[in-house]
Amino acid sequence: MIEIKGVHKSFGDLEVLKGIDLDVKKGEVVSIIGASGSGKSTLLYCINAIEAINGGQILVDGVDVHDKNTDKNQLRQNLGMVFQQWNSFPHLTVLENAALAPQVVKGFSKEKAEEIATKELTHVGLGDKLHEYPTKMSGGQQQRLAIARALAMDPPYMLFDEVTSALDPELVGEVLDTLRLLRDDGMTMICVTHEIAFAKEVSDKVAFFHKGLIEEMGTPQQVLENPQKERTKQFLSKVL
Amino acid sequence: MNLFTPISWNDAGFILTGVLNTVYISVVAIFFGTILGLILGFARAECNKIVNMCLGGVLDILKSVPLIIQLILFSTFIGAMGYPLDPFVAGSIILSLYTMAFMVEVFRSGFDNVPHATKKAARSLGMSYWQTVRHISIPIGMRSVLPSWIGVGLSVIKDSALVSVIGYMELLRTAEQLISRSQQAVMILVGVGLFYFLISYPLSLYGKYIERKMTR
Repeated sequence: MIEIKGVHKSFGDLEVLKGIDLDVKKGEVVSIIGASGSGKSTLLYCINAIEAINGGQILVDGVDVHDKNTDKNQLRQNLGMVFQQWNSFPHLTVLENAALAPQVVKGFSKEKAEEIATKELTHVGLGDKLHEYPTKMSGGQQQRLAIARALAMDPPYMLFDEVTSALDPELVGEVLDTLRLLRDDGMTMICVTHEIAFAKEVSDKVAFFHKGLIEEMGTPQQVLENPQKERTKQFLSKVL
Repeated sequence: MNLFTPISWNDAGFILTGVLNTVYISVVAIFFGTILGLILGFARAECNKIVNMCLGGVLDILKSVPLIIQLILFSTFIGAMGYPLDPFVAGSIILSLYTMAFMVEVFRSGFDNVPHATKKAARSLGMSYWQTVRHISIPIGMRSVLPSWIGVGLSVIKDSALVSVIGYMELLRTAEQLISRSQQAVMILVGVGLFYFLISYPLSLYGKYIERKMTR
């Protein structure tokens, strides 16, 4: 379970998160929506300890993420993260991309790491690309590689940061299909997304962020179909 | 009495010693220059302003004082201190440091070329800082520096001729001795130039090949 309690985060004078409270239970899919600059992505970075926080607390399975005694590298193994830009490792083949972390971080043998990598890559539909270089692939394929690369560490949680925003429209579908696949596997996911229809379809819970606060949170039906807050209505009328 | 004897095939061995010594000191300088340059280049890419300023100052001195002056100053200074060094050792030290000064910038730009986001992705997989350096920054950064690394290597081979001023028997110095004996300066210098070309050209071709392969 991920517990986010009163999290504050500032960049210099700019307060990006102004007290976020959010719980994500095992098996839940939580979507975070909201305008650019509302702090959605920053929250993901704080959960993964890429960014430090200025107040509050984040617990992942009871472990305090921002405690200075917490082993951040150990922690990140439990939090698979996929970014807007897929960030493939250009010097490695598709298979090596996905096998690197299991080998280096978990100390698995090359054979075992590649076996795991092959399984995850096949799962996201890249089984026939194992020995190609990612720079020759489309953005959608590279983004699926990034998902498989994160899955190869076998994390109980996955964080998705606007994973379809940098893709050409015709490539969005294949990546969303991959996310549906994970949802059907029972993966616990936090998705920062601009795909409102997708959020409605897959989420157990939707949180609408506005200026560093959660303005409205609830089931997709509550927040997306029957929003109570004026700002939520405004936002949805603009993006739908 | 004839003071001068024309060059003959008997001098081939002597010239060859010079060629080998040139290759030898160049390889040593490139080897140590590369290792030191890699370490300091990494430090320049990763460290804060203060470290960079100190490092940059020292490197600027090494790069802007002519190599020939550095060689003479160093070997004279060491000799005056009472520790005269073998010309090869003294030459290797200065030539390595000189090479290092240029290699630092080569490697720094290589490390700077590794996108921050790629490193962040590696860290998000649970890789530690040093694991990321080892498996991401070095392989990605080094790919882009190979052509300029070869460029520095080529100029070191040619600059190694200057080590002759402190008495190291490399190609130029063997040539000078032959010239003073035979007085056939033009012919010998053309021959020596040809040797430098033969040493450098394959490297330069290899550099072009790598560059083509990478831009493909």
